[in-house]
Amino acid sequence: MHWSLDLVLLLVLAGSALWAVMATRLIFSAIGLAFASAVLAVVMFRMASPLAAVIELSVCAGLITAIFISVISLVKHETRGEVEARRGAHLRKYVVLPFLAAILGITLALVTKRQALPQPQALGETDVRNVFWHLRQADLLGQIIMLLVGAFGIVVLFKLRRKT
Amino acid sequence: MSGNEVGLLSAAGIIAVVLLFIGFYCILVTRNLIRILIGLEVLSKAITLAIVAVGYATHNVGLSQSLAITVIIIEVFVVAVAAGIVINLYRHHESLDTKNIENLKG
Repeated sequence: MHWSLDLVLLLVLAGSALWAVMATRLIFSAIGLAFASAVLAVVMFRMASPLAAVIELSVCAGLITAIFISVISLVKHETRGEVEARRGAHLRKYVVLPFLAAILGITLALVTKRQALPQPQALGETDVRNVFWHLRQADLLGQIIMLLVGAFGIVVLFKLRRKT
Repeated sequence: MSGNEVGLLSAAGIIAVVLLFIGFYCILVTRNLIRILIGLEVLSKAITLAIVAVGYATHNVGLSQSLAITVIIIEVFVVAVAAGIVINLYRHHESLDTKNIENLKG
């Protein structure tokens, strides 16, 4: 395992999340978030979690980005002038964020260097299919219920009102 | 755990905390409903990263993957419903500013 490459990927992940939050235009924020999801998928793949990585890539970098871009296109379109007008106020809000995030990261790095993280015990089961279908069946049922609730919520929210 | 795994777990843990901070900061500072959703997404990225890193470092990748998939599914559900709510609020108030929805009943 190339440790330095993982570190670079994690830093890119933090940077893209920062960009997603700080970008003035919402469309760039959505793109930054999709990039963060793609980088996270690579990190997950390198951490021996390929199934979760594929789902992260297809669902988070694909579907959720499509949802965000749909929402942005459904709300009022901002002209370039309007974006430029609020750029200063927007950047003033977020100008301290990179510094605070860097200070937090360095402080945590110093603390964890001095005192190692607690090491949890291994359960031994490494096959995600066994975990899903045998150990965590209730979770699976909960996920199906949640998806149905989500679909029902969308139907209710976008239901056309009858004319009275 | 080997030295590499401990180092990777520490680095992933630090980045996860930094992502949590970025997400919370975004949610607290902004008044734009879509940007609040983006902050929420960053928070869920932090959780997913932490789960996968701990699973990798402790050789529990099966359990960690299943939990990460559960988090991703919940994330999709939350974003889809929240996006619907945001669009409906926009249609009603012609604005994405949270100040405009402070006068809700209840």
